[in-house]
Amino acid sequence: MTANGTFQIVLYLVVLIALVKPLGWYMARVYEGKLRTPILRHIETFTYRLAGVSPDSEMNWKRYLSAMLLFNLLGMMILYALARLQLHLPFNPQHFSAVAPDLAFNTATSFATNTNWQAYAGESTLSYLTQMLGLTVQNFLSAATGMALLIAMIRGLVRQETTNLGNFWVDMVRGTLYVLIPLSLIFSLVLVSQGVIQNLAPYKTASLIATVKYEQAKLDDAGQVIKDSHDVPVMEAKVVTEQVIPMGPVASQIAIKQLGTNGGGFFNVNSAHPFENPTPLTNFLEMLAILLIPAALCYTFGMMVRDTKQGWVILFAMLFIYVPLTIGTISIEQSGNPALSKLGISQAAMPNISPGGNMEGKETRFGIVNSAIWATATTATSNGSVNTMLDSFMPLSGLVPLWLMQLGEVVFGGVGSGLSGMLIFIILTVFIAGLMVGRTPEYLGKKIEPYEMKMASFTVLIMPLVVLVMTAVAVVTHVGINSISNPGTHGYSEILYAFSSLTNNNGSAFAGLNANTPFYNIWGGIAILIGRYWYAIPTLAIAGSLARKKAIPSGAGTLPTNTFLFLVLLIGVVIVVGALTFFPALALGPIVEQLTLWNQYGS
Amino acid sequence: MLEVMKQLKTGLVLLLLLSILTGIVYPAVVTGIAQLVFPWHANGSLIWKNDKIIGSELIGQFFSDDKYFWGRPSATTPYPYNAESSSGSNYGPLNPDYLTAVKNRLNQLHQSNPNAGMEVPVDMVTTSASGLDPEISPLAAVYQVSRIAEARKISKDQIMKLVEANIQHRLWGVIGEPRVNILQLNLALDAADRGANQ
Repeated sequence: MTANGTFQIVLYLVVLIALVKPLGWYMARVYEGKLRTPILRHIETFTYRLAGVSPDSEMNWKRYLSAMLLFNLLGMMILYALARLQLHLPFNPQHFSAVAPDLAFNTATSFATNTNWQAYAGESTLSYLTQMLGLTVQNFLSAATGMALLIAMIRGLVRQETTNLGNFWVDMVRGTLYVLIPLSLIFSLVLVSQGVIQNLAPYKTASLIATVKYEQAKLDDAGQVIKDSHDVPVMEAKVVTEQVIPMGPVASQIAIKQLGTNGGGFFNVNSAHPFENPTPLTNFLEMLAILLIPAALCYTFGMMVRDTKQGWVILFAMLFIYVPLTIGTISIEQSGNPALSKLGISQAAMPNISPGGNMEGKETRFGIVNSAIWATATTATSNGSVNTMLDSFMPLSGLVPLWLMQLGEVVFGGVGSGLSGMLIFIILTVFIAGLMVGRTPEYLGKKIEPYEMKMASFTVLIMPLVVLVMTAVAVVTHVGINSISNPGTHGYSEILYAFSSLTNNNGSAFAGLNANTPFYNIWGGIAILIGRYWYAIPTLAIAGSLARKKAIPSGAGTLPTNTFLFLVLLIGVVIVVGALTFFPALALGPIVEQLTLWNQYGS
Repeated sequence: MLEVMKQLKTGLVLLLLLSILTGIVYPAVVTGIAQLVFPWHANGSLIWKNDKIIGSELIGQFFSDDKYFWGRPSATTPYPYNAESSSGSNYGPLNPDYLTAVKNRLNQLHQSNPNAGMEVPVDMVTTSASGLDPEISPLAAVYQVSRIAEARKISKDQIMKLVEANIQHRLWGVIGEPRVNILQLNLALDAADRGANQ
């Protein structure tokens, strides 16, 4: 790794960690209802009055869950309707027609669940209204839902002998109003100042200085390719003298897309597009925004359980998994593609004049270092936005984002949902530790009993099952393999990546896979729904069960969970579970590809 | 049943209110402030010449003439740098089509620039992520100097000076990568050439 690369990582982590405490503290105040901000407070009370919510009445876990499911379902339906009806609605200057039903279903499930998988190309499919009132809204609400889920889980740990987990509507409104909107507002304006566009104008046309000449197959009136007597397509010469430059309300959506670990872009190429991410500064701030809330929530957790060390232990466990994988990814990408070195292409990094490395599918302003940090940050969290084409990563560096998702999105993970997933892993860890010493496992004074263990096993096992079964179905059906773009084992990796990403609600892709087919739209939509709710339901059930219990004072047999030893144990459990379940599947994909590469070109 | 209806009503009203807030008020406020404070940036960093838009500073354009600096290869369809359809190649590192494409680009570069005197920089033979990358590395610009000097019949030193003047360095010397904006460099090149001929 280059010296500058090291420096960029260190700077990134230092700024991130410095922001954890203030934001974490703030969010704890918000969710405990101790915040008194004049204007927002008025909007909050006004909202409750209109909706008929009594903020002091609390819900048990089943009502909390049903409110959440209902709210998500309604959101999905509205987003679906917007996409289907966009031609007849305002703010559609390019006159984009209705989104196909399967694609609209996929997009609606994907945005309401914080997955933000993009089977569509934004700039040629969606109207400004669909982007704002559909996607931007769900970017906020799916993030607020994830955070509410976590807060309910924390209350389950903290409270005693009660069935109340809080009020879903209140948690939802507070998260949106006090946390997500203010942060997004500031962030989007900073993005605009750097060149991220924000307007409602129709696309602009530029007259090119140099014309573009190209050949394309000639079509008849029915849109079919005309072929000559030898069955070769007839080509016609075309000259392009203009460039159509897309416009739109981009900055307002990008801000929340990063802060809420959403990741669905305004444009097809997501954050690689110069209008979404124009400069190294926007890239740095967006990377920061991606990890910001998931990291800060660890501190919020610590504050709410009245022991901030508990939160720091979790945060550092996440960092200890994240940082080595990031460094590995940078190193592999920086050493370039041996197949190209043989051709006399300069891939060595030269300070201040060339980034070098594997530059296929990367932007010049980001080079290797910022592309690799981004790739791991967005897959460690369930953000899933891309500033580089992961499909073109070297085999082992492509394995890293894939595996980070397969760990179950608990290393940072989605806002809220990631940390609650990590709490499930903590329950597993104390249980395993309890088995080793022969004591009843407990966490934060709550006994972990068979019911919690059953539910925790459910959440941990369902994800690999769905990923592997769905991948298996896709690789043995024509509709599955017809979408592959790269031959050989890499094509299999594309499918494995797709279902790992969908089920874990990440949303990034090995984007060569043609995902906009009825098979992937519907099959993938199902993976998204199972991935989100099969995990949310048992999580809330555990929270409900824990809240009913009485806390017992810690004794000599209690395993302290705020120590370095526990941190190591937790990392071990997360890695062992993730590695054991997916190693065979990974061996068939990226690992075989890497061995082929070494065999053909040397290392 | 009453309970269900009540929850449904609450859910709908809240969804409506929050949609208005996050889907209309929030983007409208951002648009308003952006248009007031950063109008040029918010509208696409467009470059105007004689009352016509000739491009955006942030969106790359395709150059293939010997007298201009060329940008990164672009994977957009049906032609390179089609800004209506951003796209990467998504070629895997061992895809035979990818390796063939790289070899073809390499041959073209060697043929058009036989006196470069250096290895071809990797960013000149690999497609960008967006297909619209407006920039190349300083090394890739230097690589092209001798070709442009011959095509334009101006001295290499003069072109090197233009390249150096157009290098954007890392932010605070740390963040991002050093780079050269192709459109701006080519506009500067045209301007310098015109000046020399007058």
